[in-house]
Amino acid sequence: MVTRVLGGAWRWFDSRMPTVAAEWRRHAAEYYAPKNFNFWYFFGSLALMVLAIQIVSGIFLTMNYKPDANLAFGSVEYIMRDVPGGWIIRYIHSTGASAFFIVVYLHMFRALLYGSHKEPRELVWIFGVLIYLTLMGEAFFGYLLPWGQMSYWGAQVIVNLFGTVPFIGPDLALLIRGDYVVSDVTLNRFFALHVIALPLVLLGLVVAHLLALHDVGSNNPEGVDIKKVKGPDGHAIDGIPFHPYYTVKDLVGAVVFLAIFCFVLFFVPEMGGYFLEYNNFIPADPLKTPPHIAPVWYFTPFYSILRAVPPLFHSQFPGVLAMGVATLILFFLPWLDRSPVKSIRYRGTLYKSWLAAFVVVFLVLGYLGTEPTTVWGQFGFDAFFLDTRDIATWVARLCSIIYFLFFFLMPWYTARDKVKPVPERLAPVH
Amino acid sequence: MKNLLIALLFAPLAAFASEGGYRLDHSPHDSHDVVSLQAGARTYVNYCLGCHGMQFMRYDGFKHLGLTEAQIRDNLMFTAEKIGEPMKIAFPPKEAKAWFGVAPPDLSVVARSRGADWLYTYLRTFYRDAKKPTGWNNAVFPDVAMPHALWTLQGQRALEVQHAKEGHGPVQYKWLEVSKGTQSAAEYDATVRDLVNFLVYVGEPSGASRKPIGIVVLFVLGIVFIFAYLLKKEYWKDVK
Repeated sequence: MVTRVLGGAWRWFDSRMPTVAAEWRRHAAEYYAPKNFNFWYFFGSLALMVLAIQIVSGIFLTMNYKPDANLAFGSVEYIMRDVPGGWIIRYIHSTGASAFFIVVYLHMFRALLYGSHKEPRELVWIFGVLIYLTLMGEAFFGYLLPWGQMSYWGAQVIVNLFGTVPFIGPDLALLIRGDYVVSDVTLNRFFALHVIALPLVLLGLVVAHLLALHDVGSNNPEGVDIKKVKGPDGHAIDGIPFHPYYTVKDLVGAVVFLAIFCFVLFFVPEMGGYFLEYNNFIPADPLKTPPHIAPVWYFTPFYSILRAVPPLFHSQFPGVLAMGVATLILFFLPWLDRSPVKSIRYRGTLYKSWLAAFVVVFLVLGYLGTEPTTVWGQFGFDAFFLDTRDIATWVARLCSIIYFLFFFLMPWYTARDKVKPVPERLAPVH
Repeated sequence: MKNLLIALLFAPLAAFASEGGYRLDHSPHDSHDVVSLQAGARTYVNYCLGCHGMQFMRYDGFKHLGLTEAQIRDNLMFTAEKIGEPMKIAFPPKEAKAWFGVAPPDLSVVARSRGADWLYTYLRTFYRDAKKPTGWNNAVFPDVAMPHALWTLQGQRALEVQHAKEGHGPVQYKWLEVSKGTQSAAEYDATVRDLVNFLVYVGEPSGASRKPIGIVVLFVLGIVFIFAYLLKKEYWKDVK
């Protein structure tokens, strides 16, 4: 009885709007994905889930938050105390912000492992980089909203970065802030950008990312083009429909991810000061600069690069430029990588070594960015070339150079690398 | 000096050392100890609330510490008319600034910005310092504007700091008793422990309740994982 009614309702709907079923087939039921996805392939669907978590928790936060310099800090505490379930919503959102970057960084690393950025998926990669940059903006604007000391001074520092651009800098910073200092005006516009402007851009880019992916099909850990060998039904013989195979597999990944997520949320929501900085529990005070301003961990690799570059003619612009190049260079990755193979499994030791070095310097830069430059002490001697004696600054400089060499030398070492022959088809699943 | 600078820069991320370089004691507070929380609330209202408000904490929040409305009204509620009002103070910030040089901060979330260890050590390391306008100084928070509010309990102490030669090696702290307080050293430590316990509670009232909820959530996710995994295995049987 129930199935008959539902079936009838569905037929009624389907005959009037067949697009829904057609799109479902195109993107799920008849989207043939390679059968050999491994651990690294969970992070795409997880990123989508975190996006949903952030949007939903964000909506509920917006119902109780007040974007007003006098009320913002108090309204967050109101959410934490007086709103029923408010603390859960707030911790979901704050944990989700960090989780988003963890998932996205691992998702991007997957591309470096298996060559997912390479032809014909260059557009998928470019949309991905755009998503990453938008996400950075989204996180930056959102971080001002609690109006704590780190919110305030972090925003002050980052807006001032734009102020270092030659000629237009000061006007640019003024345009972003809407005031001569970070103020109530800034808070209001960042709120608007955080809750509506960038989420819309983000959603649009995610749709473009997925459409571009589904047009060319997914890569896989072998880097084999599964479309070359097709079965009698016209589908790739080494492909399996995304639904139900990968929907049920991603479900397992989602549950494991949620368990880790909930562990952080309920047991260590501050994550030792990395997810919620201790100083952000002090209300913003424009007259009191904290002794050590550190951005949240997901920005710290780039913050380290910024700090590592020495000023030129009393301008910090070279550092800002280096930081900008460090992010924007990602766009060119598909053309910098000239390897004839995609997957790391068939690449030679050159690429493997460079990738390993890149991972290490990215982590070291990330760590150093959370700490003051004196963290590893100072050199005990003076020399003409030592503009600073902080050991950590010199390590950050070395790491920054390796970071850039990974990209700048890529055309050379990927073309020169000894690669192994790539098989025609995927091996059977055990 | 170098050590002090490093410690100063470190403070926001790792609160193991204080600004003064004074080694922090581990705070022995226990969020499940309701008696301690009540005692801490009493100490706070009697000794701290004169200057330090808790604008995000409402008086009826004490019900979660096992107190009845009548008990709250009779023993704790000195700055409000209605039970739902926040713990505000009548101390005008402008005058406070004129008297102390800085307005006493609101302490609703001080346990989250400073950490329990810092508070526990700070409240136990005041000493007499004739060079300060208040006559008090602190080992954890050098040149703090606040006088020792609990001195009648702890008594007065002096501090001798012995710097090691050439600035290397640990600094030696020697505490000297100037006058006795109404409490013994152990009793005073317990009083501060209760007070810090209360401050930690107020900093995050959901702090104690979120862990039991978390255990249930993780248990449920564990069950869901079993079914999700079996479902995946069943579907993937035919993938070769």
